[in-house]
Amino acid sequence: MSTTTLPPTKKTAPVSAPKGTTSDRARSERKLAWLLAGPAFLVMLLVTAYPILQATYESLFDYRLTDPDNRSFVGLGNYGVILSDPLWWQSIGITAFITAVTVLVELVLGFALALVMVKALRALRPILRAAILIPYAVITVVSAFAWQFAFDINSGFVNSWFTWLPGVAADTDWFGDRWTSLLVICLAEIWKTTPFISLLLLAGLAQVPEVLQEAAKVDGATRWQRMWRVTIPNMKAAIMVALLFRTLDAFRVFDTIFIMTNGANGTESVSFLAYRQTIARLEIGLGSAVSVLLFLAVVLIAFVFIKGFKVDLAQARGE
Amino acid sequence: MTTRKKVLWGVGGALIVVYCLFPIAWIVSVSFKAPSDLANRSFLPTALTWENYRLILTGGASDLFLPALRNSFAICLIATAISCLLAMFAAYAIARLDFPGKKLILSTALVVAIFPVISIVTPLFNLWRQIGLYDTWPGLIIPYLSLTLPISIWTMSAFFREIPWELEQAAQVDGATTWQAFRRVIVPLAAPGVFTTAIIAFFIAWNDFIYGISLTSTEAARPVPAALGLFTGASQFEEPTGAISAAAVIVTIPVVVLVLLFQRRIVAGLTNGAVKG
Repeated sequence: MSTTTLPPTKKTAPVSAPKGTTSDRARSERKLAWLLAGPAFLVMLLVTAYPILQATYESLFDYRLTDPDNRSFVGLGNYGVILSDPLWWQSIGITAFITAVTVLVELVLGFALALVMVKALRALRPILRAAILIPYAVITVVSAFAWQFAFDINSGFVNSWFTWLPGVAADTDWFGDRWTSLLVICLAEIWKTTPFISLLLLAGLAQVPEVLQEAAKVDGATRWQRMWRVTIPNMKAAIMVALLFRTLDAFRVFDTIFIMTNGANGTESVSFLAYRQTIARLEIGLGSAVSVLLFLAVVLIAFVFIKGFKVDLAQARGE
Repeated sequence: MTTRKKVLWGVGGALIVVYCLFPIAWIVSVSFKAPSDLANRSFLPTALTWENYRLILTGGASDLFLPALRNSFAICLIATAISCLLAMFAAYAIARLDFPGKKLILSTALVVAIFPVISIVTPLFNLWRQIGLYDTWPGLIIPYLSLTLPISIWTMSAFFREIPWELEQAAQVDGATTWQAFRRVIVPLAAPGVFTTAIIAFFIAWNDFIYGISLTSTEAARPVPAALGLFTGASQFEEPTGAISAAAVIVTIPVVVLVLLFQRRIVAGLTNGAVKG
C-alpha cells in the first residue's frame, strides 16, 4: 500500500565555530548557559537519579522497617523472591492489560474527537476545547470516585439505567469480580486521558499538508483512502508521541485502582504492588526491588518505542 | 459544508461535551444528595441538600478537609513557583544560547517525566523518616519538583523558541539599555509562556496522589487527593459517599476555573510541549 508524504526538507546545520577553536565568546556563552540551566538540571537529577540509586542499593538488603536490627545483605535475593512470585507476574499482566486496552481505545476515540474538533464550527470550538480540557484537569482521584459511585451497587445509576444490556442486572456487583472491576477501572482511565491524546492528535492533524489532501481529492481518492493513505501517514510522528507518552503513563496506573478496589480481586498493578510492599508492609528491601523492576520495565518500553517503532521526537517537533 | 454536514458535526460536538461533562455532573449531583437519597440509584437527587458541604466545611469532617485544602494549595503553588523559576532560566539557555548539553538537559527532562513515581517514593519514604522531612511541606514540595520541573522545562523552551529575540537587539539599536530591552521587550513576550507553563505545572502537582498518601501521615502536610483517598465515614458503617463528593467538587472548582479562563493557552502549552518541544 502506498502512502503519500512530502519529501523531507533539507536542513542546513547551524553555522558555528569550527571544532577545536572555541572562541572566548563561545566559551563564555557556554558558561552562562550552564549557569542558567545547571540548577534545573541538578534538581532533576537530585529528585530522580538519587532516589533510584538509593532504591537499587536498598533492594539488595532484606530490610523491614519494623525490624531494623535484622537488616542483612541478600544480594539479588529480593529479585529472586519477586520474580518467582506469581503475584508479581499477575500484577505485570494486569498492568499490561490495562495499558493495552486503555491506550488502544484512547487512540481510536481520541482520533475521533480530534476529527470532530477540526470539523466543528468555529463558534463551537472554544466550548469543545474547554469541555475536552475538563477531564484532563480533573484530578484522577475525583474521576475514580465519580466512576466508582456511578457503578456502585448501592448508590450507582448504572445498574438501574443499563439493565437492558446483557449481563447487567439491578444487583450486578461490578467491584466484586476481577474483570468487571478492571472494566470500570479502564473506563475511568479512558475518560480521563483521552482528551490529552486527542489534543496531541489534533496538533498532528494540523501538520498534515493541505496540498496533499487536495491533490488526493483531485486524483479521485475516496474519503477513506485519503484518511488511510494521506492523513494518517503524515501524522505518524504525532501518533507515535501520543502512544509513547500514554503507554508509559498507563503503565504507572495507581490512583484509580487504589480508590476503586484497593487492589482487591486480583486488580493489583505493579505500582500498587510496590506501594503495598513499602508503605503498607514496610518491607523496604522487597518494595525497593519492585520499584527498580518497574523502573526497568518503563525504560524497556521507552526503548522499544524509540528504537523499535522509531519514534523520532525531533521529527514530531517538526524540525 | 452542507447544512446536513454541519448538523452532523454539531451533533458530534454535542456528544463530546456530554462525554466530558457527564461524570462531573454526576459527582455534583451526588454531592447534593441526602443520605436517604443515595440509595435511590437515580442520577439526580430528589431534593437538594447542602448537608454534605456543611459537613466538610464547618461540620465533623472539616478538621480533615480544610487543613488538606490548605496544604494542597500551599504545596502546589510553592512547587509550581520553584519549578517555573528554575525552568525559566533553563529554557532561556536552551532557546537562546548555543551550548553542548542542550540535548542532554531536554532528554533528562524527558526521562524524569516518564519516571515511575512509585520508584521515587520507596527510597524517599525511608530517607524522609530519617532526616525529619516525613509529613512536612518541604517533604512534598521536593518530590513534586520531579513532576513539575520536566514539563515546565519542555513547555517553556517551546514557548521561548517562538520569541523573536532579534527585537531585543533592535531595541538596543534604538537606544535602550540591555536591561531596558530585556524588561520592556522580552519580558512581555515571554510572560504568557511562563504563565501557561505555571498552570500546567499546577494541574500536575494538584493531581498528585502517590506522594501525598506515602509521604504524609497527618493533616500537617496531607494534600486533598490523599485525604479523599483515605477518607472514611463518621462511623464504620456509614459510607462517606456524600462528603467525598462534596470535597471532590470543591477541589475541582479551581481547575475548572483555570480551564475556562485560559483554555486556549493551556491547549497551546500542552501540544507545544509534547509535539514541538
